[in-house]
Amino acid sequence: MADTTVEHLHVELVAADRTVWSGEAAMIIARTLEGDIGVLRGHAPTLSLLSASVVEIQVANSNQLVVVAVDGGFLSVANDRVSILAERVELAEDIEVSQARIDLEEAKRLLDSSNEAEQRVRHAEARIRAAEKVS
Amino acid sequence: MAVSLREYRARIKSTESMKKITRAMELIAASRIIKAQQRAQAAAPYARELTRAVSAVATYSNVDHPLTREQEDPKRAAVLVITSDRGLAGAYSSSVIKETERLAERLRAEGKELDFYLAGRKAEAYFKFRGRPYVQAWTGFSDQPTYDKAAEIGAALIEAFLKEQGEDGDVDEVHVVYTRFRSMLTQEPTAIRLLPLEVVEGEEAPEADELLPLYEFEPSAAQVLDGLLPQYVQSRIFYALLQAAASELAARQKAMKSATDNAEELIKKLTRIANQARQAGITQEISEIVGGVNALADAQAAND
Repeated sequence: MADTTVEHLHVELVAADRTVWSGEAAMIIARTLEGDIGVLRGHAPTLSLLSASVVEIQVANSNQLVVVAVDGGFLSVANDRVSILAERVELAEDIEVSQARIDLEEAKRLLDSSNEAEQRVRHAEARIRAAEKVS
Repeated sequence: MAVSLREYRARIKSTESMKKITRAMELIAASRIIKAQQRAQAAAPYARELTRAVSAVATYSNVDHPLTREQEDPKRAAVLVITSDRGLAGAYSSSVIKETERLAERLRAEGKELDFYLAGRKAEAYFKFRGRPYVQAWTGFSDQPTYDKAAEIGAALIEAFLKEQGEDGDVDEVHVVYTRFRSMLTQEPTAIRLLPLEVVEGEEAPEADELLPLYEFEPSAAQVLDGLLPQYVQSRIFYALLQAAASELAARQKAMKSATDNAEELIKKLTRIANQARQAGITQEISEIVGGVNALADAQAAND
């Protein structure tokens, strides 16, 4: 699939109500339900579900690192084109750590009573991790 | 002269203040419609990527998922009706409800029973007033819907759809009635079948000699589909809500514009009548004075 004319991965990072980030990237690191996945140029076509986690995008031709927290969603790779979709996507710079910690505490308290709480705990943890990564 | 000049003036004044209100509402709707369109545009990439992914799975693996499975003998259908929360938008809500009735008639003719799900206060009021049962109603977001609301509605509909036939609250089909935003001037009420999903296969049909990009599915094709399809349904509902919101604002703008125009017309007409009345009053006064003078002159002439 390696196409010599395309030098980088084209990435679309999309939330339900907006495009969060789109551009050329050298590398993407995400966490699927089965474990971490790294995507470089020439990756085999893949479609995988993400867990609530941190996604890192290494922007092409620079040292810039885009760090976001997703609440699930999925990642699809084909022909050096990567799309990452999730209902909620937050850039690490926009995350308020204190709010995320409050959410985490609240979700932990509900852990016994509701099935959704586990998902919420993971999401809150991912947000905190993402925010800490950029600070 | 049936009404006095003063009363005409009062009517002109009240029409004028009414015109100010409708004009303000028109302007508000016009400014919001741009935002609504932007929101609809911002949500488009998500729907596009999701559709691409779903059709990729559908094309490169054998799809068999509860959400795409046709029930052999459909007995019950759910109808989601998307209307506005507030009125003063012309025929917006009533044309959606009319479309719903048409669809309901067709489905009943096919021998299906109906469960109604409502979005928007207008639909809720319509059903409540007529004492007709509905399963669930969501209100309070018609002019700026959020994805969370769409997800909530989607979850309820999917749950009803996935129940086994015969179970309480089970439906075999889900339809959505909403208003499609074509342009600022035309919005049309549309009914679509949401579930079971019809997956459009293949974005571009692969050539015979071309190698299919063999997708790797993680954890497995079935699980990926499990994750994708509910999101696909919710994104379709979100899309319908956004379209409906833009249509509502366009309909409101149009309705308020014609209300403003009508008020202007009315003011013109009333001003003309008021002027006529004023002139008639003056003419009468003059003829009274002239008549009085003449009478005085006649009386003096008689005395001389």
